[in-house]
Amino acid sequence: MTDIVPAPAAWEYAPAPESRAVVTIAPAYGLYIGGEWVEPAAGERFATISPASEEQLAEIAQGGEEDVDRAVRAARAAFPGWAALPGAERAKYLFRIARLLQERAREFAVLESLDGGKPIKESRDVDVPLAAAHFFYYAGWADKLEYAFPGRPQPRPLGVAGQIIPWNFPLLMLAWKVAPALATGNTVVLKPAESTPLTALLFCDVLRQAGLPAGVVNVVTGDGRTGAALVAHPGVDKIAFTGSTEVGKSIQRAVAGSGKRLTLELGGKGANIVFDDAALDQAVEGIVTGITFNQGHVCCAGSRLLVQESVAEQLIAKLRRRMEKLRVGDPLDKNTDIGAINSAEQLARIEELVQSGRDEGATIWQPACRLPEKGFWYPPTVFTEVAQSHRIAQEEIFGPVLSVLTFRTPDEAVEKANNTPYGLSAGVWTEKGSRILWMAQRLRAGVVWANTYNRFDPTSPFGGYKESGYGREGGRHGLAAYLSLEEAGVGGGEA
Amino acid sequence: MTDRLPVMKTYKLFIGGAFPRSESGRVVEVEGANVALASRKDVRDAVKAARGAFPGWAKATAYNRGQVLYRLAELMEARAGDLAATCSGPDEVARAVDRVVWYAGWTDKLAQVVGGANPVAGPYFDFTVPEPTGVVGIVAPAEPALLGLISRLAPALAGGNVVVALASQLHPLAAVELAECIATADVPAGVVNILTGDPAETAPWLASHMDVNAIDISGAVAAPGGDPAFATALERAAADNVKRVVRGPADGQRLADVEQLLELKTVWHPIGV
Repeated sequence: MTDIVPAPAAWEYAPAPESRAVVTIAPAYGLYIGGEWVEPAAGERFATISPASEEQLAEIAQGGEEDVDRAVRAARAAFPGWAALPGAERAKYLFRIARLLQERAREFAVLESLDGGKPIKESRDVDVPLAAAHFFYYAGWADKLEYAFPGRPQPRPLGVAGQIIPWNFPLLMLAWKVAPALATGNTVVLKPAESTPLTALLFCDVLRQAGLPAGVVNVVTGDGRTGAALVAHPGVDKIAFTGSTEVGKSIQRAVAGSGKRLTLELGGKGANIVFDDAALDQAVEGIVTGITFNQGHVCCAGSRLLVQESVAEQLIAKLRRRMEKLRVGDPLDKNTDIGAINSAEQLARIEELVQSGRDEGATIWQPACRLPEKGFWYPPTVFTEVAQSHRIAQEEIFGPVLSVLTFRTPDEAVEKANNTPYGLSAGVWTEKGSRILWMAQRLRAGVVWANTYNRFDPTSPFGGYKESGYGREGGRHGLAAYLSLEEAGVGGGEA
Repeated sequence: MTDRLPVMKTYKLFIGGAFPRSESGRVVEVEGANVALASRKDVRDAVKAARGAFPGWAKATAYNRGQVLYRLAELMEARAGDLAATCSGPDEVARAVDRVVWYAGWTDKLAQVVGGANPVAGPYFDFTVPEPTGVVGIVAPAEPALLGLISRLAPALAGGNVVVALASQLHPLAAVELAECIATADVPAGVVNILTGDPAETAPWLASHMDVNAIDISGAVAAPGGDPAFATALERAAADNVKRVVRGPADGQRLADVEQLLELKTVWHPIGV
C-alpha cells in the first residue's frame, strides 16, 4: 500500500497552452470578392487585436460602399450558375467544406481563441465541430429541398443574401448563415464582426480548397458602416442578421418597403428556472454553463437565475462554491474556463451594468480571482437581492454576470421568466416530467432547455420570440429563410 | 295592412366581445349607415382586450379551436343573406364560408406539418412545436369586403393568435356583420376585435403599439386604396418592438398565411436513467 498524500490546500494547475504554431496570420488582409483577394477601394484599414494580450494580430480592410457594391455584383454574377447547378452538385461543395473544416479544425480553433478570446476548449470542442456539422447537415438538404415543405414542391432560391454576423461565435455564426444559403442555391455577401474577422478570412482559404465557384461567397470586412451599406444595397434580396436588438430594429426600419426578406437573431435575457425538487448539483453545472460559457457573450445565456425560495440559500451556496473553482485566464490554455472579454468596449458595457446593479441595491458577489494585467477580463459575478425592475434583470449584459431572483409557485416563475421584452431562451430544472412540459408550454421563448442548458445542434431550429427576433436557423426550418416557396392554394403566390 | 317601418341596425365597433360605440363619439356615413369612426383610444382598448384573451385562446386545444372556427362557418352560412347584402353577393359569402372551413381543419394538423422531432447528435430528445405569435394587428384589404377580411383573419385564428382588425374603409358593413357572427360562434370574447373607420388614422397606432406582436399590412398594400408609402411607414413603425410584418393576398387560402404568424419553440431534454 502506498501512502495517501493529502491534496495541497490550493490546487495549482500547470500551464497547458495550446500551440499557436498551427496558425499563420498575414500582416494584412484584403477583401474576398469574386474568388480573389482585393484591396479596399478607399485603402482604409483597422487593427484586429487579441483581447487577451491586446497584441495586434493583423490589419483588416474597412469595406466601404464601393466594396460592398463590388461584392454584391460578384454575388449577383455568380447566382444564375450556382442556382442552376443540380442540387447534388451543390451538396458536394458543402460536404467538401465540412470535411475541410474538420481537417483544419485545430487551426480554426486556435485562431478563433486568439482573435476572440474564448477558451480553446470551447472553440475546439464546440465552435469548430458545430460549424463543420452545420455544413455537413445542410449539404444533405441541397438536393432534397422539394421534400422540405409540404404543398410547396418547387422551392426557389432568393438570390443574393447579405449576412451580418456577430463577434461571439465568429465561425459558428458564419456556418449558421452560409450553409443554408448555399444549400438552397443563393449566393452570399458576408460581413464578419469588426473585432473577430480572422476565422472568416481563413474560411475563404477553405473555399479556395473546396473549389467553390468564384463569387458564390464574398467576404467584406469592416465596421457598422459596412453592414449598413450591405443592408441598404438594392442588389441584395435577403438580409440575415445576428446581433443586438438595437441594431436589429434599425435594420428592420432600413429594409421596410424594400421587399427584401429579413431574418433577425437578436438579444436575450434567458431565465434558468430551478425548482425545489431539481437535482441541485446538476442544476449548478447548468447554471454555471449558462452564464459563463463564452464569457457570457451568448445571446441565449441563462443570465437570470429564478430559484424556488425553499432551496435558494442552498443553491446559491453551492453555486458560489462551484464558481470559486473556475479558472479565468489565457484563452489558449486548455484548462481555462473563462477567457478574455471580447473587446474593451464590451468590458466597459459589462462594468457599466454591474455598477447599475450595485447602485440599484442588488448584492454583488465575486470569487477571489487573479486577473491577468494586460487584456480585457471580468470575473464571474453573481447578484442576489435582484428586483425585476433592476436593469441587471431586464437588460442584456453579455458577460459572466448572473442575476438571481426567487419565486414560490410555478405561475410566479412563468410570470417572471416572461417579464422581459426578449424571448430567446429559458431553462427548467425539475425532476417532475409533467412540470417540465407545463413550464415549456408557457415560457415565451424560442428554445427551452430542460435539465440541460446551452445545447446546440444543426438539426435543431434556433431563434427567438418577441424582441429576440424572427426566423429560425438550423434544422429544416432554417431552409425557409432562404427560399421562395410557392403554394398551390388560392392566391398561392410567393411567400 | 299598413306598411311596417323596419328597425334599423346600428353598426358599432367590436371590442372584447361587446359592441361599443367609438369612445370618440364619431361616426361617418358609409353604405347608408352611420359607421363608428374608431380612434387611437379604441385601438388601445382593443389591443388590451386581445392581450387579455390571448392566454386562453393560445392554450385551447387545437381540436377546440378547430370546432370554434367551424362553428363560425356554420353561423356565417346561416346568415348568408345578411352577409351577402354587405359584400359583392352570395358567391363571395360562399367562398368566405368555405375558407373558414379550410382553416378550421388546419388547427390540429399544424404541429405535425410545421413542427417535428430533431435528431440531434447527443443523448437528448429535442422537438419543435409551433405556437401563436400573440396579438396580431390586421389592416384588412378594402376589397373583397368580406372575403378579404376572412382571408387575413382566419389563418391568424387557426394558429391561435388573437386579432385586432381594421375593417375596410370603403365597405365596413361586412366586417360588422361578420363580428355579429363571431360574437355568437363560441369565439371567446376579445379573441377577435374589429374596428371600423379610417385605417390611415388608426393603423399607425396599431403598427407602433408595443403590445402588438405582428402586423398584417395586406390591406395597406392591396388595391384599391393601396399606398406603398403608407405600407412602408407602417412597416417602419413595426420595428419599434420587432413586430413580425406580413403582406399577403386579399384573396388567399394558404398554409403560408398561418405559418407567418407562428413562432417555433424548440425543447431539449436529456435522455438517461
